[in-house]
Amino acid sequence: MNLQLTQDGRLRHLLTLDGLPRAIITQILDTAESFMDVGEREVKKVPLLRGKSIFNLFFEPSTRTRTTFEIAAKRLSADVVNLNIATSSQTKGEAILDTVDNLSAMHADMFIVRHSQSGAAHFIAQHVAPHISVVNAGDGRHAHPTQGLLDMFTIRRFKGEFHNLTVAIVGDVLHSRVARSQIHALTTLGVPEVRVIGPKTLLPTGVEQMGVKVFHDMEAGLRGCDVVIMLRLQNERMKGARLPSAQEYFKFFGLTPEKLALAKPDAIVMHPGPMNRGVEIASEVADGPQSVILPQVTYGIAVRMAVMAMLAGTGNA
Amino acid sequence: MKIHIKNGRVIDPMSERDEVADIFIAAGRIVAIGQGPADFHANRTIDASGLIVCPGLVDLSVRLREPGFEYKATLESEMLAAAAGGITSLACPPDTDPPLDEPGLVEMLKFRAKNLPGPRVYPIGAMTQKLEGQMLTEMAELTEAGCRAFTQADAPLTDTLVLLRAMEYAATFDFSLWLRPQDVSLARGGVAHDGAVATRLGLQGIPALAETVALSTILQLARETGARIHLARLSTRDGIAMVRAAKAQGIAVTCDVACTHVHLSENDLISFDSHLHLVPPLRSLRDRDAIREALRDGSVDALCSDHTPVDEDVKQVPFGESAPGASGVELLLPLTLKWAREMGVPLMRALDLISWKPSQILGVSGGNLSVGGYADLCIFDESAEWVVTSKTLTSQGDNTPFLDHPMQGRVRYTVIDGHIDFEAPR
Repeated sequence: MNLQLTQDGRLRHLLTLDGLPRAIITQILDTAESFMDVGEREVKKVPLLRGKSIFNLFFEPSTRTRTTFEIAAKRLSADVVNLNIATSSQTKGEAILDTVDNLSAMHADMFIVRHSQSGAAHFIAQHVAPHISVVNAGDGRHAHPTQGLLDMFTIRRFKGEFHNLTVAIVGDVLHSRVARSQIHALTTLGVPEVRVIGPKTLLPTGVEQMGVKVFHDMEAGLRGCDVVIMLRLQNERMKGARLPSAQEYFKFFGLTPEKLALAKPDAIVMHPGPMNRGVEIASEVADGPQSVILPQVTYGIAVRMAVMAMLAGTGNA
Repeated sequence: MKIHIKNGRVIDPMSERDEVADIFIAAGRIVAIGQGPADFHANRTIDASGLIVCPGLVDLSVRLREPGFEYKATLESEMLAAAAGGITSLACPPDTDPPLDEPGLVEMLKFRAKNLPGPRVYPIGAMTQKLEGQMLTEMAELTEAGCRAFTQADAPLTDTLVLLRAMEYAATFDFSLWLRPQDVSLARGGVAHDGAVATRLGLQGIPALAETVALSTILQLARETGARIHLARLSTRDGIAMVRAAKAQGIAVTCDVACTHVHLSENDLISFDSHLHLVPPLRSLRDRDAIREALRDGSVDALCSDHTPVDEDVKQVPFGESAPGASGVELLLPLTLKWAREMGVPLMRALDLISWKPSQILGVSGGNLSVGGYADLCIFDESAEWVVTSKTLTSQGDNTPFLDHPMQGRVRYTVIDGHIDFEAPR
């Protein structure tokens, strides 16, 4: 059973990049390419989703991701409703299904869902009415597929191909839904070497079974890389005895110009944001010539437009 | 009530009997096997041709949800469900609300159960007051009230000194302690086996180490104190190897596994189905295969259902927020038979794991078919096929990972204390 594809293999929901066929990923990237100029027009709108109601269902706070989804939906002429649902510890479960039922009754066409629990988007997709599509905007540590796709879009724009790349993902892979989605996308698109770099306390058990090479020495891990993806380090990792201090982390796993010099000279630096300058990345690198962090944000809108347009095009939305 | 069960294939693991024979029951006892007494006039004759007649099943972990959780299931519904599963004796853990930590509560439960149809109920007392892991309960008083052993169930015990004292105290009276080995700190926050699947799904892991580290502590304390220890719900290959080694050294331990863990593994979690949220977590295929083998070679002494009915509302949430546990009394027999078929294990040996062996661990009569013994029997059709649905289950908890799965082997009659407490509808 594949929840996110229709029987004839088209996109029904976007929940994870794990197992999403390469052809669909490529189709999303191609469609995003065609939306790139919309943002540069005087009237930044196309009428593809006119009359559709899209609900941003954020059970976990987010500004950046929610905003880019909102902009993307509006550029497609959809009506957007933002719901920031504070989760009470006791009745979260009932709240989710009740919320979903209520919004379905308001004739929603698409839910953009963010939730602190892994699998929450799957759960909602299993319970929505058949005409509603679900887009996972981040569930726990599990997946953040649109982020993974916009990262692929960025890599393709700057590097052209995937089959000859070495890509390193650096930092807190354990808690990162972004890293998981990136790994699935990179391996599906045929990147021959995907590396993860981090201390043992921040790499999940058996991560190598996702098709990556594990490095604990950042200098060795960066050598020869075409793409360096830095992950955000949450402050609370210090409390859980995973790290002694932000300073020591930066010393061994922060990206400085010196460390970046070990990668290929034309390597690009990416970050899903928001950045902790001086914790995982030095400002000289974040603002330097190899950084593509701001273009990532711009591309994020086109990629999310592509996903929504394709979901609408399946005849469900 | 006099019952004549005729032409059944009688299998009794204790006596290693396996033959077609008649059984005669009167006044709650088996009065004859084979040739009936001359003056025997049955009130009821059961034709067991083509069926298997075995000792009533003994289940080492059935949550009856009383007192405190009646909305999840009631004593009445779960006792009927257990009878429908062929179970004639069951042990119920003390993690009720309030916990079974006072003689009055135990007596009340026993009284309630005695007045309902269904299995003999043997409460397992709380090892510490309120299951808080700090003060010992009155184990001797609780034993007089009917407790067969003492346990923390799934409640955490962080203080190793308390564990040592509990073992010393229990050993004083030769009471048995049932412990589920899990290091509280290593398991904190986890909802799934810490392995490749949890990593892929982004679920917080409970490492196999949580079991083996706790087990190491328990086994060393057991050796030191001489306490009788039963290890409940083992889930890892390494844990089973440790128990095997401890037994070889002569440490007085027995152990069981849950029937879910004989068939399922972490790989089944891939769709985030909260019915697979179990305690301990479903582990790797390697662990599952070690469990299957350990049941065959006798390193694991018993299989239990670990029946935990929960309200559907607490399963209709994302995996990590869902309440753990599965309903299982009606699946214990078919899942045991499935394992035996798949492993080529003789029926006698399979039934031993769910009747005679657990009755020995529990320290009660039953679990065998002998003249003069309890008339507790299970009569089942080994080849009957059925599908698990909320309609085919009697339990109030439909929370099983086997929903919609086909099963082979179904109970036809359950005789408890000489009464037919369950009879399958024809």
